[in-house]
Amino acid sequence: MSVAILVQIARVFAVLSLVSIGGANAVLPEIRRQVVDVQGWMNDAAFANLFAISHAAPGPNIIMVSLIGWQLAGIAGLLVATLAIMIPSCSLAFIASRAVTRWSDRRWLQLGKEGVVPVALGLIVASGVSMMRTSDHDVVTVGISLLTAAFVVFSRRNPLWALAAGTCVGVIALHLGVLT
Amino acid sequence: MTIANPDPLSVARDNPASRLVSKRELFLGFLKIGLLGFGGIAPWARHVIVEERQWVTDKEFAAILGIGQILPGPNTMNAAVMLGDRFQGIPGVLLCLAGQMAMPLVIVTSLAVVYERFAAIAEVRAALIGAAAGAAGLVLGTALKMFQKIKLSPMPLLIAAIPFLAVGVLGWPLVPVVCVVVPLSIAAAAWERNA
Repeated sequence: MSVAILVQIARVFAVLSLVSIGGANAVLPEIRRQVVDVQGWMNDAAFANLFAISHAAPGPNIIMVSLIGWQLAGIAGLLVATLAIMIPSCSLAFIASRAVTRWSDRRWLQLGKEGVVPVALGLIVASGVSMMRTSDHDVVTVGISLLTAAFVVFSRRNPLWALAAGTCVGVIALHLGVLT
Repeated sequence: MTIANPDPLSVARDNPASRLVSKRELFLGFLKIGLLGFGGIAPWARHVIVEERQWVTDKEFAAILGIGQILPGPNTMNAAVMLGDRFQGIPGVLLCLAGQMAMPLVIVTSLAVVYERFAAIAEVRAALIGAAAGAAGLVLGTALKMFQKIKLSPMPLLIAAIPFLAVGVLGWPLVPVVCVVVPLSIAAAAWERNA
């Protein structure tokens, strides 16, 4: 393993970090373009594989970048890729945080904070719906999604219960032969 | 693990910045969020931060997520930075980020090692399909619960429908939609205050 690859990993992901408005899902096409087309680090199949693995794990979806670093250069690659994708965007968030605290009594900032609330809410519904479109292909999976949503709305209990139940329903549906 | 017992006065206030969340609480809270964060972090972040530990209100949480959304980087990671900074400054930021990333990094590399062998098993595949459907419902339910708690007035409610329709239904790219809707929403908030 050479230092050159680590430098390259750091450079590619630090730049991606600065443009990643909307998080991992929004920049996924650009990550793929860089990793597969521009850098030639892996082929499409390998990339798709890493995508699937990172979605099966908990945590921010940006963790996919860590996994790419790990595949390329082991633990050092994992650390470099993770720090490169985190430091630029987190530094900006830190500056924003200080600005929000410092000018919290200003009217424009209060209006700004007021204004982003409905947008954030609308976008969370949107991401729920687009996740359902990707993962729900039959009555069973739509049912799992809707019941899980109902559980979150009506219960204060940990949603992990609903998620565990959904996982079990998936396996049961497989054995009943109703999962497509 | 000690679960925070919030001072009811500070929770009742709209901006509970006075409620002090310790470094240990921040780290453990985000460790839990990272560990639970299947299918995306936001629902779990809300569950732990708003529902379980009451560090901030639903409205404050939505504002933090919204600000996190218009900055580069995952909105939940930006939210972790802002919450860490609010309660414990730079050490808080580092603890929140480390907490959020620690378990997912260990888990994702472990999964990568065993993936080839397990992906072929039909039960594993079915379980993942069920979990993915559940995760989608989790995100939807979290949004609906936030709507229920925040009780937007009609105009912001109408504005919330725009990003939902544009991104969720029509599949438009996120960045231009956000660039248009955020100024619109701020203008609406200003208009509503003056009205």
